[in-house]
Amino acid sequence: MMNALWKQGWRPALVLILLFIVWETSVSMFDIPAWLLPSPTQIIEVGITDWPGYSHHVWATIQLIIVGFLIGSGTGIVVAIALHLVPFLRQATYPLIILSQNIPVIVLAPLLVVWFGFGMLPKIIVITLVCFFPIAIALLDGFRQTDRDLMHYMQMAGATRQQLFWKLEWPHALPSLFSGLKISATYSVMGAVISEWLGASRGIGYYMTLASSSYRTDRVFVAIIIIVALSLLFFLLINWLEKMTIRWRSSGEGGSSDAS
Amino acid sequence: MTHLEIQNISKSFGENEVLDQLNFSVHQGEFVSLLGPSGSGKSTLFGIIGGMILPNSGDVILNGESIKGKRGSISYTPQTPSLLPWRTILNNVLLGQELTGKKDREKALQMIDRAGLKSYENSYPHELSGGMKQRVSFIRSVLSPQSLILLDEPFSALDEFTRTDMQKWLLDMWEQTKRSILFVTHNIEEAVFLSDRVIILSPRPASVLKEFQVPFERPRREELLLSDEFLQFKKEIYQEMRHAQV
Repeated sequence: MMNALWKQGWRPALVLILLFIVWETSVSMFDIPAWLLPSPTQIIEVGITDWPGYSHHVWATIQLIIVGFLIGSGTGIVVAIALHLVPFLRQATYPLIILSQNIPVIVLAPLLVVWFGFGMLPKIIVITLVCFFPIAIALLDGFRQTDRDLMHYMQMAGATRQQLFWKLEWPHALPSLFSGLKISATYSVMGAVISEWLGASRGIGYYMTLASSSYRTDRVFVAIIIIVALSLLFFLLINWLEKMTIRWRSSGEGGSSDAS
Repeated sequence: MTHLEIQNISKSFGENEVLDQLNFSVHQGEFVSLLGPSGSGKSTLFGIIGGMILPNSGDVILNGESIKGKRGSISYTPQTPSLLPWRTILNNVLLGQELTGKKDREKALQMIDRAGLKSYENSYPHELSGGMKQRVSFIRSVLSPQSLILLDEPFSALDEFTRTDMQKWLLDMWEQTKRSILFVTHNIEEAVFLSDRVIILSPRPASVLKEFQVPFERPRREELLLSDEFLQFKKEIYQEMRHAQV
């Protein structure tokens, strides 16, 4: 496992290291001021020494992401199931849901602050809005792509609507659900940071705005690194959950459950 | 005793007449094959027997009761194995019981063993070969609570030798369980080798062209396939079908 990672990963890793070396040398060679572009070593130094000063911001953001992600994906799953089981609902709202995605959530955020203030609620709403869509669409597609032969067999065998759903459609859509969850996991980190920019008293987004308004570019970079790390962490967590849940997939060939 | 009776079934989709006054029956414990050219409307007929499609006229009687439009009255082995990829072999085999009856793990394990799939009960379908999957699919039907089994060209995707092996296996299983079987195929040899009775369907719109009582003794062996009587009988059916095509 680690071996395979190393075999495939050494090339991009090499490129990254080269990039950092170029960055580091150019900063010192051209004498670029730290407020404009700090060098990688400076950023790492600040990241370590400042940790006690910003760690509570990181925890606040993690909390927000988890709560927002759970509520957002829960809503996405419930909505997808409802739309799937009630065809009228789907026909009536599916086009509207697609259309609504042309509204960038970021432009709604100030409005949410006006309506709900600076507390948790508007932030959770922002994360819910960004999480909801990929999950609902992926899950609906998963339901719709249910294998026709399997469906035919289940019906011939006398399965009720409920049995069809829980024994066939739901497990069949799980791989799709997880691809939606993976997208939403990274979106929810973005949603959390954006909502903190707009008004918060803690969180990594708040730390970032503070840093940029006082020209502490090194701290802005620290914030960026933490956000990237959080995104990656959540993605890997969902990936791990997927591996734990979906053990039936053949690794070599893409079975019918591999669709989408 | 009559187990399943198809009474004057007609079905058309718009202008397209598929089944025309179809009549036949399957007796208790009998192995009957429906033999027809491709596209003779056998999937429509299975849809009607399975309760998925309503006929324009006629009735389907199972054990003296009409099952027209009633799903889940028969046990079904589809053309593709149709195993749920996320279930182990054991749980796949139990599916039929789970849907309409009670689960009996002991019996399921016993059947898996008898089908020569021992030690595979906890494997997933993608780990099995085509023939093995088809066996699992058939065991699922045998374990289902319904008494009559419909087999829809279950061996059509297998190679010649696997196919012969599977036919012998099926006969073996059938002789042990003595269930009534309605088997659809367009392979004459397969129909004759397996069945007590072969029913020939005409090209569209399908009706019963002729019925043949298969005279060969059971248990049947592979050697039978190459005997003169067998080939003679096969020829007779072939000519009958050829005749209807023109």
